[in-house]
Amino acid sequence: MLNYILRKLALIVPTLIGISICAFAFVRVLPGDPILAMAGQHGVSPERYEILREQFGYNLPIWQQYFNYVGNLLQGNFGTSLATKRPVLNEFMTLFPATVELAMVAMIFAIGVGVPAGVLAAVKRGSWIDQIAMSVALTGYSMPIFWWGLLLMMFFSAYLGWTPVSGRIALSFFLKPITGFMLIDTLLHGNWPAFVSALRHLILPAVVLGTIPLAVIARQTRSAMLEVLGEDYVRTAKAKGLSSRRVVSVHALRNALIPVVTTIGLQVGLLLGGAILTETIFSWPGIGKWMIDSIFKRDYVAVQSGLFLIACIVMAVNLIVDVLYAVINPRIRVQ
Amino acid sequence: MTEITNSPAPVSALKTSGLAEFWYYFSANRGAVIGLGVIIALVLIAVFAPWIAPYPPDQQFRASFKAPPFWYEGGSTAFLLGTDEVGRDILSRLIHGARYSLSIGAIVVAIASSVGIVLGVLAGYFGGWVDNVIMRVMDVILAFPSLLLALVLVAILGPGLLNAMLAISLVLQPHFARLVRAAVMAEKNREYVTSAKMAGAGHLRLMLKTILPNCLGPLIVQATLSFSNAILDAAALGFLGMGAQPPTPEWGTMLASAREFITSAPWIVTFPGLAILITVLAINLVGDGLRDALDPKLKRS
Repeated sequence: MLNYILRKLALIVPTLIGISICAFAFVRVLPGDPILAMAGQHGVSPERYEILREQFGYNLPIWQQYFNYVGNLLQGNFGTSLATKRPVLNEFMTLFPATVELAMVAMIFAIGVGVPAGVLAAVKRGSWIDQIAMSVALTGYSMPIFWWGLLLMMFFSAYLGWTPVSGRIALSFFLKPITGFMLIDTLLHGNWPAFVSALRHLILPAVVLGTIPLAVIARQTRSAMLEVLGEDYVRTAKAKGLSSRRVVSVHALRNALIPVVTTIGLQVGLLLGGAILTETIFSWPGIGKWMIDSIFKRDYVAVQSGLFLIACIVMAVNLIVDVLYAVINPRIRVQ
Repeated sequence: MTEITNSPAPVSALKTSGLAEFWYYFSANRGAVIGLGVIIALVLIAVFAPWIAPYPPDQQFRASFKAPPFWYEGGSTAFLLGTDEVGRDILSRLIHGARYSLSIGAIVVAIASSVGIVLGVLAGYFGGWVDNVIMRVMDVILAFPSLLLALVLVAILGPGLLNAMLAISLVLQPHFARLVRAAVMAEKNREYVTSAKMAGAGHLRLMLKTILPNCLGPLIVQATLSFSNAILDAAALGFLGMGAQPPTPEWGTMLASAREFITSAPWIVTFPGLAILITVLAINLVGDGLRDALDPKLKRS
């Protein structure tokens, strides 16, 4: 097992180098001069420009600049945001819990609805339940989620007035962050109305972000279940006289979930991409909205480091999924 | 002599029977046939847009800003689906928008698949360091969330439809490369490839004429998937202000300023998104049908 993990880690190293090159090259090819951008509207005198160039190392050969950049990354120095003049890593870390909270609730929604729907569709194959479940899943899979968000907002916020339109919590609540997760923090403070407010803010964005994973998981669960239900051991279990409920939930579902776990893992990258749109629509103060704002503000340093950090997170999650997959499916390890 | 002249006949008969078999499996899927019908209708709408649309897409009617659709109170049949915030007929803009979305899908798939196929064939056929280099680069591209990478690329290249299409092609292309590489690696040690090699076929011929045609099935399915992804991503970029620029009647761009109107004029929000959903849904339905018809593993079950 350790061997397997080490092999996977070794594969990640070249990818990490590639990602760092991409992030580095990004600032180099963006139109505009980074020093002029840093100086802002006031501009700089030619002498001061030269001093700054030297200070930031832009006068060095390009490969040396790259090694300096990687050296800084390895020391945890991700640069200073041009827009806010604060360390990028600090900004990222304060906003990251908001995205994680949103993505987790979205995923719970997607798995909680998607897996049972897929199982039901497989067990009742060809019935109207199957047809409706799969039609809804295909529609969800085809959904432009930014429009889906606007539509839900139009109905639940504007028309019915049930949910707020933007933000994480009503402005009337001032809570000192403990974990950064609003749902947990409000409970730790014992502030029930604040918890309800946070939940009401969270529900629509989570549904929007969870829609495509939900559809993918439901479809994948159905086809995995169909495959497993045709296996010999399922027939044996049935022949033994076990109730069909027991056969489905114990014998079939456990094996069908193996490929579903991989599918769920693969959704994480998509989830971070979807977070850009969802967070923009609902003004959710997370990483996705921060990236968009940074791109529009031409905050090179923030975009560069954000891109690097997000890619690292996606790779870390994929590694965890790979390992998890090997744990539940021993056949993978030997290959 | 007669043998040679007769030989094309059975080959073409084989081809048509293959097509007939394909249609037999494809048409068994009701959803796929409906999807195909919708796509044909959309293509016709796109081709004949200037003749079908009641008005030019950017003509402003200053007397009727935000006119509701005809079934609303105060709506009129002059503007069937209403007008937007600057008095342009929404139906006409949607009809012209079909041109953009369909060509975006087609162009992106053409670029992404040709680049991906070339890289995938090279990696799978030669293996070794060629394979390693190509696939590690693909890994890097796939490590970024695709929409984010496309956004950053457009920020570098400058916002606009052409750059958006290039960026989307780049992020979709690794899927083709991976698929083709796997298929080529599975095929290249089969007997028919060896026999072609013995007959003296060169690398290029082996790659393109011997192996590639046998990897087409999964490729076609991937191409349909990418087609719908391209339309969704381009619309998302347009929505974020990084794709087609206003006043282009691209469906995603039409939604860019729609958030302000969710209370005052819901139709401005509803119809462009519905058009995207219907188009993407139709393509995905066809994709499902193609997968069922082309995947021999599923066919037997």
